[in-house]
Amino acid sequence: MKNYIKYISVLAIGFGFVACEPEFDNPIDENEFYTSGEADFSNYVSIGNSLTAGFADGTLYITGQEDSYPNIMAEQFSLAGGGTFTQPLMNDNIGGLLLGGNPIPGFNPRFVLATDEQGNPGPAIINQTPTTEVSNILSGPFNNVGVPGARSFDLLFPGYGNIGGLTTMPVSANPYFVRFASSPDATVIGDAVSQNPSFFSLWIGNNDILGYATSGGSGVDQTGNFDPSTYGGSDITDPMVFAGAYSQMVDALVANGSDGVLVNIPDVTSIPFFTTVPTQSIPLDAPTAAFLNSNFALYNDVVLPTLVNFGVITAEEAASRAINFEEGVNFPIITDDDLTDVSAILQGPPANLDPATANLLGQLRQANGNDILPLTAAGILGTTINNDPTLINGVSVPLADQFVLTTAEQARVTVAQNAYNTTIQALAAANGLAFADARSALQQVANGGVTFNGGTLTSTFVTGGGFSLDGVHPTPRGYAFTANVLLDAINARYGSNIPGVDIGNFATVTISND
Amino acid sequence: MKKVVSVFVLILVCAVTYAGGYRVSLQGNRSLAMGHTGVAVVNNAELAFFNPAGLVHLENKINLSAGGFGVFAEVAYQNAQFGDSASTEDNVGTPVYLYGSYKVSENFALGLAVYTPYGSTVEYPTDWAGSHLVNNIELQAIYVQPLFSWEVVKDRFSIGGGPILAIGGVEFNRNLSRNLTDLDGNRSNVTLDASGILEFGWSVGALLNLDNEDKWKLGFNYRSLIDVEVEAGDGEATFANVPNSPLAPVPNGTFDFTASLPLPAEWTVGLSYKPNEKWLFAFDYNYAEWSAYESLDIDFLNADGSVALQSLNPRNYKNASTYRFGAQYSPSSKLDLRLGYYFDESPVQSGFFAPETPRNDSHGFTTGFTYNINEKFAIDASFLYLRFEEIDASYDFFTETNGQTAPFRGTYKSSVFSPGIGISYKL
Repeated sequence: MKNYIKYISVLAIGFGFVACEPEFDNPIDENEFYTSGEADFSNYVSIGNSLTAGFADGTLYITGQEDSYPNIMAEQFSLAGGGTFTQPLMNDNIGGLLLGGNPIPGFNPRFVLATDEQGNPGPAIINQTPTTEVSNILSGPFNNVGVPGARSFDLLFPGYGNIGGLTTMPVSANPYFVRFASSPDATVIGDAVSQNPSFFSLWIGNNDILGYATSGGSGVDQTGNFDPSTYGGSDITDPMVFAGAYSQMVDALVANGSDGVLVNIPDVTSIPFFTTVPTQSIPLDAPTAAFLNSNFALYNDVVLPTLVNFGVITAEEAASRAINFEEGVNFPIITDDDLTDVSAILQGPPANLDPATANLLGQLRQANGNDILPLTAAGILGTTINNDPTLINGVSVPLADQFVLTTAEQARVTVAQNAYNTTIQALAAANGLAFADARSALQQVANGGVTFNGGTLTSTFVTGGGFSLDGVHPTPRGYAFTANVLLDAINARYGSNIPGVDIGNFATVTISND
Repeated sequence: MKKVVSVFVLILVCAVTYAGGYRVSLQGNRSLAMGHTGVAVVNNAELAFFNPAGLVHLENKINLSAGGFGVFAEVAYQNAQFGDSASTEDNVGTPVYLYGSYKVSENFALGLAVYTPYGSTVEYPTDWAGSHLVNNIELQAIYVQPLFSWEVVKDRFSIGGGPILAIGGVEFNRNLSRNLTDLDGNRSNVTLDASGILEFGWSVGALLNLDNEDKWKLGFNYRSLIDVEVEAGDGEATFANVPNSPLAPVPNGTFDFTASLPLPAEWTVGLSYKPNEKWLFAFDYNYAEWSAYESLDIDFLNADGSVALQSLNPRNYKNASTYRFGAQYSPSSKLDLRLGYYFDESPVQSGFFAPETPRNDSHGFTTGFTYNINEKFAIDASFLYLRFEEIDASYDFFTETNGQTAPFRGTYKSSVFSPGIGISYKL
């Protein structure tokens, strides 16, 4: 028996090398396979607006927040020393806000892609009731201090999270920040800095132009007005105001030696809200076109030349105001508030037009290929007013200012955007921070798209995969793409090698008939 | 005998994959200890599996052999490009076997074999990076086989074989796509469940004594292809967490499904050499006709029998060889010591590496012993260590709803070890 034991032990030793667990030669979860380089991701704080919060489909909801670009980045950071990342999660996946149990107007539940009786898909507001009560204040701090709707200077405004400011006239607080502000007079930037972040991302400024653009330029370009407390929600922020607010925030964030990434402002023309509705959108047959032209003959042939003769408008403006319909698809007629308002003059002699006609013609012109119709125009174009078949929007009734972003209005947006972006890039360079060029990245998505494993990401509304059903904010896949853009910039600046994510694993628009 | 069978049935749980494809090469402790050779080895009732032609050569009137294995298998996955990693759950598979033979006359024996040649249990963390291909799978096939063994030419040539009743079952869960969820973010998934599917096959073997001193033997064995066909009504497919929308590929709920999985034909030639009473050497060459596994196609059926959804999963396996070597040394009449090695070629081709059977080529190292308690009883023990190289592989045939394929890539590393114990009885 002794011998047997000897033999058996020899066999046992022979198998002593047996490993229980499979081990990779280079396991990615060990041995600093991924490194943070010069950066320290242990306490990452993200600051920004709706994009940072994970806003999509017109609202904020839990799964959208989970797919916010900061949360995606934080998960990748965790491969190289990143810590936990907390967010002020909503109460549901419906979206929308309640105050004192009542829905807050303008803060509706989410869009979903629903089907009608014929099975045709289209965006629709989900038929469920919001459950997120704004007065239910969450106790933070939260790593994600993205506040939907915030403009640059809003982040510095004490009281932006004060619940009392929700019922003042005008409203001075933001219900999303009310939910998680550390105190009623806290500032967004203060709540970020007080967490002593080891790393931060700052993406702010989009709303400083976006409100103007989405409202078809119905707000005011406040360039030259240095008092943001006088701004309305659809105005363009003065670039000096932006620069002042932005540098103040960057200074506060880097004061304790924190590393970070700054993100520039994409073109509004990169988002489907402005690229989905074709400007040339009025189909007409030959008799209808002729009939309409006869109605505008007096305006074209008499009124406009007379106004030129009297020196009220230039010949150039007169040419831009001429109306001409043809058989085929036509540009709609619009009200352009950058045109000379001639409604008062037309009511006097020699025209002596009635007020209704004079107002119709006051700032009338036909749209051209450079004008942009926002997504909101889709529900208006070609519809009748009071079921009167002679009052057709875009055909016999001009589209109101809010449904057209004219060339002049686009130019104001671009001028401000370029100024902001110059500031952002300069401050990134001056402070040695990473700089993410979201503008170029989104241009790529909008112009041809970005290929990934299993498809191409584009900005086409509903089907492109990049943008949610509000036409402005990304889908989870769009946010994943954004996270990759920021990670690339961070890796380039700090010598880290944080991997990007496979954006094909992230969802696009949400289908639901709920 | 009846008691033995019922105990056997109680512990009959499915096995873990640890050979090429979903073949489970654990059909006897004595054979496994010698690299799972045995086509040309006349040793005990394990011959019922390896080569029934040899049963008639067993010295005793009644021979029984039963045993089992504890299989500890784990697969690790990682993708450095995206930072994804996952490891399968530590499931312990317990494949078992039971063989018996009864010598009716000098040149004729009958036998019975129950064994689990095919099976697979792989369980990844739910919603892992490859969850659109598999979350978890449990495949099992139990073969029950009555046998005959006939010595056609005395001391020279015998044949054996018999019909196979295969009992198959499958449980399989995977997500419907890489990103479809319900409104609350729960991944849409499908579970297939079918069991007790009966199919038939057969095996036949031959054994030739090459010399008159009983030193050299040549064996051959063939086991037929068995297609496990899941027909409508055999099982059910349950879809869960599908969003409430006609735009979804399928609604939530239970559907009939049809599918077909081949249990490939396999033939083996083997040579054994017994120079004296102390030593025995064996070599087997296996050839498994895996090319029968072209595609795993599943049709989900509406109540009226029409196809609600189709899932096409190309596999394109190739035929694969296994080379087995074993040696036995008997220092005394009480003890046999064994060592073995085999090289197992994977049937999975480049670009078809699906994580539900994540197998590349492997090297098997085996050892074991038999301790003869008395004239009738012996204890058989074995140990297998299966070594896999780390492999960068991809499955290139997952098709997105947009019609584009989305390859699933990564690095895999598997590890398997398996201690086994059994008992042999002769009368």
